[in-house]
Amino acid sequence: MRRIALALALAVLLAVPLWAGGSFYVNIVSQILIAAIFALGLDVLVGYAGLISLGHAGLFGVAAYGVAVMLGAGFGHLAAIAAALALCVATTALFAVLALRTTGIGFIMITLALGQLLWGLAYRWIDLTQGDNGISAASRPAPLGLSLASADGFYYATLAVFLAVLLALAVLAASPFGASLKGTRDQPRRMTALGFDVWTIRFLAFLLSGLCSGIAGVLFFYYNEFISPQALALSASAEALLMVIAGGSGTLLGPIAGAALVVAMKSVASAYIARWNFTLGAIFVLIVLFMPEGLVPGSRRLARWVWAARKGRRNPAAAESGG
Amino acid sequence: MTALAIRRLDKSFGGLRVARGIDLAVETGERRLIIGPNGAGKTTLFNLIAGELKPDGGTVALFGADITALPARRRAHLGLARTYQIITLFPKDTLLHNLLLSLLGRAPLRWNPVARLAAQAALQQEARQRLMDIGLAHLADRPLSQTSYGERRRVEIAMALAQKPRVLLLDEPFAGLSLDERRDVQALLAAVPRDVTMVMIEHDMDVALDFADRISVMHLGEVVVEGARAAVVADPRTREIYLGE
Amino acid sequence: MNLWLLLTVNSITLGGLLFLLSAGFSLIFGLMRIPNLTHGSFFMLGAYFGASLVAWFGVDFWLAAAIAALLVAALGGVLERFVLRRLAGQEQAQVLVTLGVSFMIADLCLMEWSGDPMTVEAPAALQGAAHFLGLTFPAYRLAIILVALAIAALLWALIDRTRLGAMIRAGVDDPQMARICGIRISYLFTLVFCLGAGLAGFAGMMGSPILSVYPGLDADMLPLALVVVILGGTGSLLGSLLGSFVVGFLYNFGQALLPELAYFVLFLPMVIILVIRPQGLFGRRAP
Repeated sequence: MRRIALALALAVLLAVPLWAGGSFYVNIVSQILIAAIFALGLDVLVGYAGLISLGHAGLFGVAAYGVAVMLGAGFGHLAAIAAALALCVATTALFAVLALRTTGIGFIMITLALGQLLWGLAYRWIDLTQGDNGISAASRPAPLGLSLASADGFYYATLAVFLAVLLALAVLAASPFGASLKGTRDQPRRMTALGFDVWTIRFLAFLLSGLCSGIAGVLFFYYNEFISPQALALSASAEALLMVIAGGSGTLLGPIAGAALVVAMKSVASAYIARWNFTLGAIFVLIVLFMPEGLVPGSRRLARWVWAARKGRRNPAAAESGG
Repeated sequence: MTALAIRRLDKSFGGLRVARGIDLAVETGERRLIIGPNGAGKTTLFNLIAGELKPDGGTVALFGADITALPARRRAHLGLARTYQIITLFPKDTLLHNLLLSLLGRAPLRWNPVARLAAQAALQQEARQRLMDIGLAHLADRPLSQTSYGERRRVEIAMALAQKPRVLLLDEPFAGLSLDERRDVQALLAAVPRDVTMVMIEHDMDVALDFADRISVMHLGEVVVEGARAAVVADPRTREIYLGE
Repeated sequence: MNLWLLLTVNSITLGGLLFLLSAGFSLIFGLMRIPNLTHGSFFMLGAYFGASLVAWFGVDFWLAAAIAALLVAALGGVLERFVLRRLAGQEQAQVLVTLGVSFMIADLCLMEWSGDPMTVEAPAALQGAAHFLGLTFPAYRLAIILVALAIAALLWALIDRTRLGAMIRAGVDDPQMARICGIRISYLFTLVFCLGAGLAGFAGMMGSPILSVYPGLDADMLPLALVVVILGGTGSLLGSLLGSFVVGFLYNFGQALLPELAYFVLFLPMVIILVIRPQGLFGRRAP
């Protein structure tokens, strides 16, 4: 059953340029996928490790600016991307060492501060980042000679990266390390007593989430062919966090659903609903009140309830006997 | 060989001395019972032994090796396991998964990010076997939150035993259990091989006295009476501590 | 007036404003462990309400500030009573909801007051210069400092000298114990939340002649409040006071002397403190 659903989803995604209705909509799906990569990475920390970060836009931005600056310095795309991701992971390691001194609210605040630090640098270190003016890209890369200049071309490249990240995280979630990570979220003290190295597990999870943010950042830069400090603002980190929590943290589909919700609201609904920011905020509040575990787990719960109710109505005897 | 040797262990929280120069030596294979009124410092002692608390002074040695400076997780690798007064397992996970985690704790496999946990046949088999040993194999796929308190306590003990400990610390394992559940846990503990050293904190005298070879009585952060079971029970100081000066 | 003196005055002024803003946040967080990410919105709303009362109805500045504070306090009470109370202990949900509400407030403000910044004039009596210790200062900035100190004194009296304050302190130290002692924690929570929100709203109005009111004010002020609370320690009034002035100085002198590293100068001490002493300079419990 799940295999069929997955195959169907894959087919739909592969065929997007055919049914989406124009490059505007293909671009929207690209944006959703980029946001989803960012959200999935953040979920490794928020959902699997249980550590809420409000600074991940900083890591996203480090990679994006990394590519921008490297390209500006005359390097090729491959070198620029590699350097950007390396810088992103190094920054993440520094973040992690500082932030993992605390958990809970302290972790939220320290990641917020670190994110703001990076935003401040992007905003003020004008010699490097051009400040508010941002940096533009002259071109997109052409891997194996295939052009990514068109909406469709870029979409397929993004889709490939998205699928790779999704697969990697799915494997991680089902692995012993994944189980260890989730264990540290639920009972860190017990895990220590069982012999697990909680700090190192969290550190590695942080690195992975930072890498995903960096990958998203690189894609974001090439998508817009532009990067500005706005991408590292607190609101960007907050938005990513909201995607994860609203969609359902600790799941694979949740961050994707959250990303789709936020991007759709911003890009599509904003054309029809004047107060889309308000609507988005209201949706978040409603989710917290009625589906606090997130859209995806909440919908599953709702579906199960409906299914059980229908079964009960068709066969009351079976329902009563505790089916 | 002395399995667990504690010398002059000190710990204070601000002005409150919770451990005053505690001396304790438990021989290999011994069943030691630690009793004392509330606030005597028994659980604090366990936390100090397990490494969750750092002592202000004194040493803890495991089979002759000084582990005082060793972080808690390393002590698990050296053969120390414990249970807690308040059961803190993984309620949203199945009993099987809970047991898998206890088996993974010291296995290099726990770092593997690509293998499929569900496909680790040997691990899964051992986890199921251990559930069978405590008579809960039929609940293997049930979430822990849907089991009774007594069942959870048995799972916790099974998890501690799954760590193949050389020294097992049990903090009030019988608390909150019904008569039947107490009998189940008693049987479980009686079946533990003699090469495992066990130290238990308990208030329930009926079951605890049955279990103990030697008893240490704690009061206000130090060991006040210690000796073979009969001697300690007869000692007037023991009664004093429990019934007041 | 030379540059250093001006910077110093501005720093103390900003410190005063930040104290009004973050005292509430610190109390809310210290007592209820709620990371109230709507706090910046309260500041902005207070400024908008107050500015509108002055601009549309000609209300006296101070009266407008008081009314604005009450309106925001009421809003805070509604938020706490009907939404946050149901989410006790659920960190992710609290973050989601307070951020969601801040989105809603920000958009409503944009709708109601458009994107143009609103300026508010300082009360007529305080426009111009004041002479103090042989030096000349902008009178309004001096007034802010005095008001902030006065409120700090009032808050201190409340917390240290009244039964209510004792209950708050007990709740901050040990909520479970406080409940067992018969303290009506739920009423206390609502009260403290209203107080915190009201202070933030008041601060917003007080700050409007200097900062003006614009969309995005909430996102600008919230991180500053967080830095203050981290530095000073949660639940500590003295910590908030000292932290506010430290941040005021770091912000102004940082902008003036090291414009390229202005935010670094601001956030780096926060990071350092969090790393070395997670409970802040005067805090009681680590976050």
